[in-house]
Amino acid sequence: MAVTDTETQAPPAPAEKPAKMRGRGVCVFYGDKQALFDVDIDVVDKQVTALIGPSGCGKSTFLRCLNRMNDVIDGCSVTGSILLDTGDIYDKSVDVVQLRARVGMVFQKPNPFPKSIYENVAYGPRIHGLAKDKADLDGIVESSLRRASIWEEVKDRLDQPGTGLSGGQQQRLCIARAIAVEPEVILMDEPCSALDPIATAKIEELIHELRENFTIAIVTHSMQQAARVSQKTAFFHLGNLIEYGETEELFTNPKDEKTQGYITGRFG
Amino acid sequence: MTEPMGTADSKKGIADAVRKGLRRRYAKEMRFKFYGLAAIAFAMLTLVVLFTTIISSGIGAFVQSKVTLDVTFSAEDIDASDIGAGNFRSIAFDALRKEFPSAPSGRKSRPLTELLSSGAPFQLRQIALEDPGVVGTTRQVEMTFSDDADIFLKGKMTAIEDVPVTGIGSIIGTDGEVKILSTANDFSAVLADVKRSLGDLASAQEREVRRAERRLGAMESELSALQTRLQSASGDAAAALQERVEALQNDIAAVTHERDQAQIKAVDLRNRAGSPGGPEPTDSSMPSYLVAINNGLIKITSVDNAQIIGETIVALESDGDVQGADWRLLKLVVPEDSRRLTDKQIGWLWTLEQRGKTDLVFNTTLFSAGDSREPELAGIWGAAVGSFWTLLVTLSLSFPIGVMAAVYLEEFAPKNRWTDIIEVNINNLAAVPSIVFGLLGLALFLNVFGLPRSAPLVGGLVLTLMTLPTIIIASRAALKSVPPSIREAALGMGASRLQAMTHHVLPLALPGMLTGTIIGMAQALGETAPLLMIGMVAFIVDVPGGPTDPATVLPVQIFLWADAPERAFVERTSAAIMVLLAFLITMNLTAVLLRKKFETRW
Repeated sequence: MAVTDTETQAPPAPAEKPAKMRGRGVCVFYGDKQALFDVDIDVVDKQVTALIGPSGCGKSTFLRCLNRMNDVIDGCSVTGSILLDTGDIYDKSVDVVQLRARVGMVFQKPNPFPKSIYENVAYGPRIHGLAKDKADLDGIVESSLRRASIWEEVKDRLDQPGTGLSGGQQQRLCIARAIAVEPEVILMDEPCSALDPIATAKIEELIHELRENFTIAIVTHSMQQAARVSQKTAFFHLGNLIEYGETEELFTNPKDEKTQGYITGRFG
Repeated sequence: MTEPMGTADSKKGIADAVRKGLRRRYAKEMRFKFYGLAAIAFAMLTLVVLFTTIISSGIGAFVQSKVTLDVTFSAEDIDASDIGAGNFRSIAFDALRKEFPSAPSGRKSRPLTELLSSGAPFQLRQIALEDPGVVGTTRQVEMTFSDDADIFLKGKMTAIEDVPVTGIGSIIGTDGEVKILSTANDFSAVLADVKRSLGDLASAQEREVRRAERRLGAMESELSALQTRLQSASGDAAAALQERVEALQNDIAAVTHERDQAQIKAVDLRNRAGSPGGPEPTDSSMPSYLVAINNGLIKITSVDNAQIIGETIVALESDGDVQGADWRLLKLVVPEDSRRLTDKQIGWLWTLEQRGKTDLVFNTTLFSAGDSREPELAGIWGAAVGSFWTLLVTLSLSFPIGVMAAVYLEEFAPKNRWTDIIEVNINNLAAVPSIVFGLLGLALFLNVFGLPRSAPLVGGLVLTLMTLPTIIIASRAALKSVPPSIREAALGMGASRLQAMTHHVLPLALPGMLTGTIIGMAQALGETAPLLMIGMVAFIVDVPGGPTDPATVLPVQIFLWADAPERAFVERTSAAIMVLLAFLITMNLTAVLLRKKFETRW
């Protein structure tokens, strides 16, 4: 199942598509302890960017910076700039609520709300006022569930609790929930680590379909997954961005020896 | 690891040591289990004793004695144009007097008429107001007995024993003073009681004699001392001494006379006590005896082995001879001196019971009436409604304030020293003695704000202060127990902090909050001390119509009734305790069920 077949024909030149999100000199501190050191990275529009690296290297921390989820953690401070299109998301005038409507997130452990499937998907559009009336909302829910490839399985039980689904279905529900508000970027923090291989395959297929409409940044500790789904890959190690480039190239011809060491399994 | 392994002997030694130690360990475990079991058994026993005591002493209050009589709503006593002003007392008393035509009439009939409850005329008035057509007719009406009559009919005033009689009773007289002769010594038990009583009186008199003799002894020695001094005295001192001697001699004569009188009485009583026959008069310090014969009732006033003289309580239908099986000798075990109803009153009640006119019915008054000085008219409804209003005020104030405070402290408050101080103070508030809140309520709500005294509004405010710490602490624990993944998911969707809290976290924490609230309410329901300070201990008769009417609450009502002197309030106090316990058990059970139901939500 080759996900990157279109990319193998493209020349290994700078991306033709512009960067949707751009991080420059990003440092993250938990209290006095520094977790990220001067990260410069581009998340390219309508492409999948994978963040890989050993445990504790800061990839999840960086991902959470992109939608300011680190604000929730006490004592966490972020310096540097992160641009969404042209605006710095850490600017004082930025409304975090609005930001999170443009940059959605899917978490490692599927966490649907303990409400009905319909309510799970409808929650976002409802609080952001995206639907004009009930019929409109129904339409949004259906299209989101379809795009998340879960409509056929749940269309007859929309009022049943979302927590009653299997793990893979729950994660797809969370993806449906995230795309219901039509974000521009979707962040995925190890979305398949709690799932079995079949469910994982389904999610990866989904990512491939979503790529046409959304920019995706995915954290994964499976290099095979990164190789399968992403166009750009960034390798983190101990809070530093070691290498960032085209997926194909990084995996076949890494520039840094640490990258080499990681992808050949010498450490990680 | 190169040491040689232990030899077979040392291994056996280890095994032995372990085995010996094992027995001790198992013994310790058994002892520990036994102590645990004993502790539980003790707790259960205490609980059983508590419930048994309360239920056994209170169960009587759930029934009330009533009498069914033919009541004539005579047109003479009621004016058809103003029924409410009719003389229903007269009507009620007449109905009772009709049962006992031989009883004294007019003002002398008070011992009979006070057997009816003071509320009985009002019962009749209510009937007449509801159905004016009843004027001029005679109906069968069920009226309430007074509390003393009720106590007697429930058997709590005195036991009535049947003394077996075998002889044929011959009657002389049917009303007033009556004499009954028996062919057997049926009254010997009565005579024995009289003799015993005489013996006690004789002993008392003999004690009097000895006391007098001791005094005489002291006075005589004083006299001889004075006389000795007189011999060696002279002039004024001698004259004074002479006066004293004469005064003392007079005193001695008086005391000697007293002693002699007492001696005579003592001897007389002792002789009477000792002699086997009679006749002897009865007295009120010994059990009373009644003879039920020929549908009449006689109180024995003088007794001999085979005959008695008595006073009728209920006139006999005829005189003549009656077989042994057809007449009864009743013993009222508690003497007349020691009870609140006289022999005559008990006789009338007993007769009504024999005639089948009395009944024990379910005491609806207890659950529908407010407080009253008369136990048979008193109920807990006023206190129950007062409790309801108070709890309503408490709930509607403490739940929102408590929940919002918990949400703020958990979600929005910055983590600095001030919030730490606030937290410590909230926890401390939970430990403050409840009466302090009452003082605060008195000083602040009544004196400064001028709110009405004894009102459930003020009671509710005071109890809110008391239950707030409980609710805040329980709510915070409930909020903390919601998995953070839910909150993160909500925030990731673009919900604001308040939206994430109210749409997602709060609904999941609600069962825990409700449990804490119900427990807090159950605590508040049983509080007495703070409410005493703000005046809810007053004697309130009316059922409160709203939170600003003066009211009392169930625990205070129990407290007031426990202090009341009437015997019938003893069982009503226990009955009210049972009602309160039932409410509390229900509330706590609800809290437990709620917790169980919502526990396995996610």
